[in-house]
Amino acid sequence: MLGRLTIEAIPLYSWVAMGGAAVTVCGGLAVFLLITYLRAWKVLWTDWLTSVDHKKIGIMYVVLALVMLVRGFVDALMMRAQQAIALNSEGYLPPEHFEQIFSSHGTIMIFFVAMPFLTGLINIIVPQQIGARDVAFPFLNSVSLWLTAAGAGLVLVSLVVGKFSTAGWTGYPPYSGVEFSPGVGVDYWLWALIVSGVGSTASGINFIVTIVKNRCPGMTYMRMPLFTWTALCISVLIAFAFPALTVVAAQLTLDRTLGFHFFTNGDGGNMMLFANLIWIWGHPEVYILILPAFGIFSEVVATFSRKRLFGYKSLVYATACIAILSFTVWLHHFFTMGSSANVNAVFGIATMIIAVPTGVKIFDWMFTMYRGRIEFHPSMVYTIGFMVTFVIGGVTGVLLALPPADYLMHNSTFLVAHFHNMLIPGALFGYFAGLNYWFPKAFGFKLDAKWGIRSFWFWFIGFYLAFMPLYVLGFMGMSRRMEHYADPNWQPYLIVAALGALCILCGIICIGVQLYVSAKNWGSARDVTGDPWNGRTLDWATSSPPAPYNFAVLPEVRDVDAFHDMKIHGTAYRPPAHYEDIVMPRKSGLGPVIGAMAFVLGFAFVWYIWWLVALSLVLILICIGIRACDDDTDFVMPAAEVARIEAAHLAQITPVDMHDMRDFEPRGAASGTPLAGRA
Amino acid sequence: MDHSAERTLSTYLTGFVLAVVLTAIPFALVWGELLTGPAVYYVIAVAAVLQVVVHLVFFLHLNLRSTPAENLFFLGFAAVLIFIMVGGSLWIMMDLHHRMM
Amino acid sequence: MSETTMNEDLLEHEERKSLESREFGFWVYLMTDAIIFALLFASYVVLSKNSAAGPTSKDVFDLSHTAGETALLLFSSLTFGLATIAMSLGQTGRVVQWLFVTLALGLGFLAMEMIEFSGMIGQGAGPETSGFLSAFFTLVGTHGLHVAFGVIGICVMIGQVLVKGLTIPVRSRLFRLGLFWHFLDIVWIGIFSVVYLPGVM
Repeated sequence: MLGRLTIEAIPLYSWVAMGGAAVTVCGGLAVFLLITYLRAWKVLWTDWLTSVDHKKIGIMYVVLALVMLVRGFVDALMMRAQQAIALNSEGYLPPEHFEQIFSSHGTIMIFFVAMPFLTGLINIIVPQQIGARDVAFPFLNSVSLWLTAAGAGLVLVSLVVGKFSTAGWTGYPPYSGVEFSPGVGVDYWLWALIVSGVGSTASGINFIVTIVKNRCPGMTYMRMPLFTWTALCISVLIAFAFPALTVVAAQLTLDRTLGFHFFTNGDGGNMMLFANLIWIWGHPEVYILILPAFGIFSEVVATFSRKRLFGYKSLVYATACIAILSFTVWLHHFFTMGSSANVNAVFGIATMIIAVPTGVKIFDWMFTMYRGRIEFHPSMVYTIGFMVTFVIGGVTGVLLALPPADYLMHNSTFLVAHFHNMLIPGALFGYFAGLNYWFPKAFGFKLDAKWGIRSFWFWFIGFYLAFMPLYVLGFMGMSRRMEHYADPNWQPYLIVAALGALCILCGIICIGVQLYVSAKNWGSARDVTGDPWNGRTLDWATSSPPAPYNFAVLPEVRDVDAFHDMKIHGTAYRPPAHYEDIVMPRKSGLGPVIGAMAFVLGFAFVWYIWWLVALSLVLILICIGIRACDDDTDFVMPAAEVARIEAAHLAQITPVDMHDMRDFEPRGAASGTPLAGRA
Repeated sequence: MDHSAERTLSTYLTGFVLAVVLTAIPFALVWGELLTGPAVYYVIAVAAVLQVVVHLVFFLHLNLRSTPAENLFFLGFAAVLIFIMVGGSLWIMMDLHHRMM
Repeated sequence: MSETTMNEDLLEHEERKSLESREFGFWVYLMTDAIIFALLFASYVVLSKNSAAGPTSKDVFDLSHTAGETALLLFSSLTFGLATIAMSLGQTGRVVQWLFVTLALGLGFLAMEMIEFSGMIGQGAGPETSGFLSAFFTLVGTHGLHVAFGVIGICVMIGQVLVKGLTIPVRSRLFRLGLFWHFLDIVWIGIFSVVYLPGVM
């Protein structure tokens, strides 16, 4: 009846695991009680969970990312604490538990922090930047969100019912095969990946169609803001790389569940094929995480340097180059697998070439800042911190791209330091910059800058403290993922790294305090114009928070800095002669239902509850069928309603709030002529 | 995409006949053992690629002029990526295979 | 009265735009599906000689059976094309007729594949026997699963054409189903060229 699910699935094997389970259950219970106490279930369901509005879906993605960031960070803190004390001793974590922690840390941070964070920001901002009213497929967007949430739910549940994978976030066989990992851990990992991977693929297709088909008049490809460009590139990467993850996860699932022999030791399996296939997805994935952050940095650096972005075209071409090159380097993750010198050399050289377009970008940002009037807003400070730190990670990356050097550093903490050096400044700092930059757009009030700056310094210093020692330890020969060790020379470095993790903890607390303080004082930090930073792109032309339709009248774009151009020519904030009816998508409860069913499906597969598998599959198919036969998915918002909303918004704006740029018409060759015809 | 593009019976029949011929050639070669050695693989590969093109042109009505540019772009991009992924995988795995013999 | 017609015009305009997006989105989806098949092909080629002392491709493949499956799929592509022509001429009855023929051919293909698979499993050549057979069943089975979804799609579309007539959304859905069906035939070209023909040599 319940497959292999028995009472033994409850983690009574260690007090730490029990504690984790208790915290998860209590956390869920607390949220449940809080919502009940606030009587917010109905509002939550009708206004948020069933919403197909891209802005609300985006906000829910970011909330999911922040919640999972805390969970993933607790894992990091536990690992650092263990390694700081585990010299010639067991530490406080049994090996099996330590292995679960590093596996879930990687899985959570990549799939359930970085992916939802960037998907959320793209969701909120990209339709506004291209002058669209929504994404191309609003309902599919909701389904994507709930599939991602279902995947995250599977990881969270693994803490309470059963165990998580001990095979690392890449789950290499044969260890992750059923012969060596017979439990449910790897299955949880696989189903979390498959369910959320389907959601991500759908988001990728959705954003591609949105950006290709829904741009407003005049928004040519070479007038799209850089964040939209990076969103387009990573959507293409998602659409073409995630199938590889689906394939490899399905194959390993078949191996484990039905006794296939793709990656087994004997019977004609080939475990190297797994490394090959997962990194065909895995390397583009790195750029999927980093490119949107590059887009955010580009927006932030132009806005807070009060200058046109330097080298817009070179940034676009560099982004496209990185996107294509990212498909040609996957072997550098397994140089040591034993390919011949020719193979390793080709992929090593291809890897080093990626440093060129990335370098171009760094110079473009520096030249944008050069002679700009820089304002040290938290998002700008994150950007500068990124530029300084990311270059170090780039240098160590080029070092690792040399196959002979990689043979020495492979699977050492040097590698751990390198990829954290890319992903914390390169991706996370970008998302935090985006959070600080676009928060007023999403909620209508600014985030507290003081706590933003504090969070930055804790993150920045904490990052150096936590990962510079790991570079050194890598050179000293320390392997990654060690539960305990015998070399006393390593311990001081590991203690420093643990202090760095504590420092980052303060950074996360600061972000929490920042959110709390800002929400408390929201009245004094309101953004009535929709343009709090004197922004340059079309996302600042809408109100904050934007009306459900974003733009009452679709704008006409004449320049890369479309809204800046409107402000210069005095066409911003002008009500049109008349408004028209607007077609809006209806909200739908099928998205969360499909997500819930996908969660049940994954859970049932993990525990071999076959009747539940069949039931949830049938229910999902019924949901899809209901949706497919529904020809009435839109409604019309009448022009009078639009006029009312717009008038209310425009009435709030006083001339003092407006950034009147009419005197700032750029002169001279350096500033460029922002006129029609400039692509 | 334009549905009402020229979709005459003759287009489909031409495509069908070409597809039949391009299927018959490799089947006949292998069945009748008319050809041996690596040449068979080349013929099979060429016939398959030609037949994919025939399907794209006559059944999916791909046309460099009337098909939207973005559709062609994504088809081309997919073709390049398939080449990189499949070619790269086979190169890597065959290279390993040789070194492990 | 005039307001409702205006709303309907607006809705129809938006619907056309959204259908255009759907067709492009479906095209991109097919490309991602092509990547899935490409990687399954790559896995098959890597594992195709790993028969682990079990049956080899020569033992289990029957070329005449494959030729039959190929013929069914190719004919079904043609009949789907005929349904598309009938659709552009607005002949509802013809569309349904040709869709039924396509459905029959698709079901015939699935039946032949089932016979092949059960025969192989019966003689001890199931997917859990060796790496080669795992890769074979996964690749050909994934294609078969797609054909099965296509068959369900054809049934649904026959229903929609009969109930709703050839409305704009129905035409668009039929067009997308056609893309899917022709795409599956293209994948099959790969399957007989990479799996069956080299397998019996």
